[in-house]
Amino acid sequence: MKVNITKNHNKFFMLSAVLLVVSVGALLFNGLNLGIDFIGGTIVQVDLNQEFETEDVREFTDKFDESADITYAGEDRHQMIISTRIDMEEDQRAQLIDDLTEKYGSETEVLSIDNVSAAIGNELKAQALLAVGVAILGMLVYITFRFEFLFGVAAIIALVHDVVIVLGVYALFGIQVNTPFIAAILTILGYSINDTIVVFDRIRENRSKYKRNDFVNLVDNSIHQTLRRSINTSLTTILAISALYLVGVQSIKDFTLPMIVGFVSGTYSSIFIASSFWYMVKERRRTDIKVK
Amino acid sequence: MKSKSRIKLAVLLLLVLSAGWVLLNGLSIGTYRVLPVKEAINYGLDLTGGVYVVLEAQESEDDPVTDDKINRAIATIRQRIDGLGVSEPVIARQGDKRIRVSIPDIQDQQQALEIIGKTAQLEFLSPEGEVVITGAHVEDSNAIYQTNNLGIEEAVVSLKLNSEGTQAFAQATEEYLGQVIEIRLDGEVISAPVVNSVISDGEAVIQGMRNIEEAGNLAMLIRAGALPVQLDPVEIRSIGPTLGQDSFDKSVMGGMIGIALVLAFMLLYYKAPGFVACISLGIYILLFLLTAALIGFTLTLPGIAGIILSIGMAVDANVIIFERIREELRLGKSLMPALDAGFRRGFTTIIDSNVTTLIAGVVLFALGSGSVRGFAVTLMIGIGLSLLTTLLITKRILKLFINTSLVNNKKMYGA
Repeated sequence: MKVNITKNHNKFFMLSAVLLVVSVGALLFNGLNLGIDFIGGTIVQVDLNQEFETEDVREFTDKFDESADITYAGEDRHQMIISTRIDMEEDQRAQLIDDLTEKYGSETEVLSIDNVSAAIGNELKAQALLAVGVAILGMLVYITFRFEFLFGVAAIIALVHDVVIVLGVYALFGIQVNTPFIAAILTILGYSINDTIVVFDRIRENRSKYKRNDFVNLVDNSIHQTLRRSINTSLTTILAISALYLVGVQSIKDFTLPMIVGFVSGTYSSIFIASSFWYMVKERRRTDIKVK
Repeated sequence: MKSKSRIKLAVLLLLVLSAGWVLLNGLSIGTYRVLPVKEAINYGLDLTGGVYVVLEAQESEDDPVTDDKINRAIATIRQRIDGLGVSEPVIARQGDKRIRVSIPDIQDQQQALEIIGKTAQLEFLSPEGEVVITGAHVEDSNAIYQTNNLGIEEAVVSLKLNSEGTQAFAQATEEYLGQVIEIRLDGEVISAPVVNSVISDGEAVIQGMRNIEEAGNLAMLIRAGALPVQLDPVEIRSIGPTLGQDSFDKSVMGGMIGIALVLAFMLLYYKAPGFVACISLGIYILLFLLTAALIGFTLTLPGIAGIILSIGMAVDANVIIFERIREELRLGKSLMPALDAGFRRGFTTIIDSNVTTLIAGVVLFALGSGSVRGFAVTLMIGIGLSLLTTLLITKRILKLFINTSLVNNKKMYGA
């Protein structure tokens, strides 16, 4: 089997460009559906232990927010999740629970309450962005030190590619984003860079075996040699997360879903995008020198 | 050589399996007891259920927030929570103006939310609106039943005033005999009794309680005293015990299925070295659980994401090495030299890829807080242990395994 990554690199760029345009478009038009962790608000999850209609609950939620979101949850749809942007007061929450208990009986059980003020949400956002920024910078420095600057840039491009696509999927389908999502993005960050480094490591090792300017064979063969590893590692990791996703409760699904999307994208980008980018820049520089 | 290696491998397998058994089930020899690892690890509230509240002190120009006020507020909140009779609450200062309270394993979460951040400034006001006595004058307070003048038993809060309070109250009840003395809690009138007689023994009751629970809460708030500063909740997380347990059970189950799938894949795909990888990953998981229990870190849901990533990376390190060995074997090398070359050549790859991810972990630990930090800790431990097991342990076991001559066919090693 011969891989022709370099020959087809424009096709991969096109595919990624389309994915990125769709993602950015979705982010611009739909925006991220930020949950209460980021914008403030209240989420109450209640198990009514019986079937119910969301419309019947509306009369209670209208008391504090007419645009509150009521969704079913749980395997038999006996649970509901009430979500509002209102930072509910203690007595408003107590009122809601009293109302529900009165209507649906003492079987009513409050599973969880999350109440976050907008200020906390902004701090969290700022903190997460700063952490990710510094982490990327640190990795760039390390890769420059151990490999070369261009590898670092290529790895970061692949990384940003993956994160944008995950954000895009979330914007496109309007899936709500809360703190677990940050953990997921961080995991994708670590995974994507790890994946890319393994391919680059092989390019670094193989460099002495090829003619100085034979980037085509250098890149293609390096990718070929690491392909089984890339696929096997991704497969095992995705297997493990998928198991967690399928079995898990809502909060586990919240962070395993973006991880699955991110890992698929991470594998793709480290094979097709990161090395192609490195190859493209190297080729350009070579032609530049020739022209001179 | 051959039989000695076989014995060694058998002993090793036995050791790993029994260590695994002890970690899962615990062990007690005489008075010495090893807890099952499940009980030795601390879990975050998202896995056990509980209440987590961040309170922010409200500042006004003439009433700045001071260290002293925050510390006194923490002491008061601690006393209140102790009054609920729950175990191991954590009440800590966070930054300049915030107090973080987390209470695991609490059944009545609504009650906790009601009392934690309440200022609880109790005041008795004269008809002219002057403060007669405050909560600070109260020595003791209890919820009791009392028969009211209609002959109905009702729940009330009894107050025992200190000497200064007793004196002030006696004076006030004398002065305002037949008039109304309002009792206010945080500015809200909770009871407005008419003074029927002069009260000089320092005993008073607050009526108008809905039930004995409400009276109990108020009595407890009065005993603990008012907060020296107004605290507003900026973040509340209340996870019911059912949901917490459910999250925990399902994470454990999902994790076990995931690990089983990974092990099955390694065994089927890499055969002989895959078998060794299974032992090595088993040791990795044991070490991880042991470390988690020993350093006493708190496992949360995002932490589980960190564990998955680190298991993924531990598997990756094995895959990298095995693929290298395979390449070496295809060059015609025999098993042992191929193994040595595979590890030697895979070494830098594994170091570089893990260090890069470790950098992310360290930065997130330094700059993050809460769940981000929990994630970073598991990731850092995971990477450290994964390097240790793959580079030191897997190599030894693989050599041992080759020496047993149980599987000599190079095809079973990927050639």
